[in-house]
Amino acid sequence: MNEVDVREAITRVHREEWARVVASLARRFGDLDVAEDAAADAFATAVERWPADGVPPNPGAWLTTTASRRAIDRIRRENKRGDKEKEARTVHDDDPPEPLGAIDDERLRLIFTCCHPALAMENRVALTLRMVGGLTVSEIGRALLVQEATVGRRITRAKAKIKAERIPFRVPSADDLPGRVSGVLAVLFLVFNEGYLATGPDTDPVRHDLTAEAIRLTRLIRSLLPDDGEVAGLLALMLLTEARRTSRVSAGGELVPLDEQDRGGWDAALIAEGHRLVRERLSAAAAGVAPGRYQVLAAISAVHTSARNGRTTDWSQVVALYDRLVRLDPSPIVVLNQAIAVGELDGPEVALAAVEGLEQELAGYHAYQATRAELLRRLGRREQSRAAYDRAIELAGNTAETAYLTRRRDDMA
Amino acid sequence: MRYLLSVIHDETDLATPEEMAAIDEFNSRLVAEGHWVFAGGLGYPDTATTVDNRNGAALVSDGPYLESKEYLAGIWIIEAPDLDVALELATEGSKACNRKVEVRPLLDG
Repeated sequence: MNEVDVREAITRVHREEWARVVASLARRFGDLDVAEDAAADAFATAVERWPADGVPPNPGAWLTTTASRRAIDRIRRENKRGDKEKEARTVHDDDPPEPLGAIDDERLRLIFTCCHPALAMENRVALTLRMVGGLTVSEIGRALLVQEATVGRRITRAKAKIKAERIPFRVPSADDLPGRVSGVLAVLFLVFNEGYLATGPDTDPVRHDLTAEAIRLTRLIRSLLPDDGEVAGLLALMLLTEARRTSRVSAGGELVPLDEQDRGGWDAALIAEGHRLVRERLSAAAAGVAPGRYQVLAAISAVHTSARNGRTTDWSQVVALYDRLVRLDPSPIVVLNQAIAVGELDGPEVALAAVEGLEQELAGYHAYQATRAELLRRLGRREQSRAAYDRAIELAGNTAETAYLTRRRDDMA
Repeated sequence: MRYLLSVIHDETDLATPEEMAAIDEFNSRLVAEGHWVFAGGLGYPDTATTVDNRNGAALVSDGPYLESKEYLAGIWIIEAPDLDVALELATEGSKACNRKVEVRPLLDG
């Protein structure tokens, strides 16, 4: 194995084993700090040794053993300093030890602890990317466009709260599970959207690193909770969105709206996988399991990705799904999207009336102004349309979106 | 581990008889399940007196230590193995007393 192969092997093992190593150490030593440091040490040791010694036959076991030794060394050192407090467990579970082989459960515990509702959302995101995703603090800072020191503070704060408040290292009870899973999915959806709708004047319009990470973590949760409909729904939604990623921004860095995208450029494998998941959920729905919002969003995305072009899209199906979504989540942004779909069925006048009903709530939201601008343009009300485009451009943070809106506005002149 | 459940309220009214009955029932559950340490409702905030003797010259002032729109209406101190149990109890306590409840760990509990 040459050096490049070893480096690739380490990268792969890091991706596949990091969460498992951290989770198993957190469980064994009862401390997220110890688990994180020891896991990082073990991977650093692998980078040092594997090029000379070769990649061990079971890299995950090698890493867990190496990390455990590091953790024991650290605990002994700290105890010698008389710091008896360190002996106390600082993450808690009262369950008897799992039988061997139930290791996956530990990763699930880790995820639920990192996404605990008692932690602030931004702290949950940073902690999850670090402890479950294995990203370094500087990678997280780059991905979320915040200072490395800020990421460090968020992670430290989250870990301190887990310790001080005794947030348990445990999979929630069946009663709490749906609510807690939805808290985990909210974290992952936020990471995905931050990648997909990256904001900032000097930022790439689509941050593939973040979308890929969100999909990877959602796949992991899917493998751990295969029967959860919303997990399947979110994964499908991400896959069907990611499939269109490269067609979404033109070579000139401009956002390409759905009906103008080159559908040949969509990733057929991701679409097929997304459609499979949506079909799986449709059969569950047919059997009487009411779908949650991610499943409905995924179904809408599946309708779009099934059509050859915008005109052959089954808009009545899209509208029906949006009606369902509004019942689950009557937020103004959902109502805005419903109005857009209605516009495709009943024309721009009907859509505009529905959209402008949201003025009070959404006047400061770029997509609201962009939607209004588009509908006003179709109705030939050019002056009002131009003003709405101006406002949308002012509000939009995504560089590709700004470029697209500017061209649309200037095309009207 | 011990947690302080602070009852937060934005009105100065005391608990109604229905709320008191629900609180009693919740308290019985705390005792029966071994979570009970202590609980008590507080008098009106304007009955508070604040003492500051940090400099050795005690300053006594009439009124709560800070003026705010929300004030502490009562407390529970509970024993719980972890935050999930404490939150579950706080959820039920908040419903019983019909007020917001803040959960905070006591050190070395």
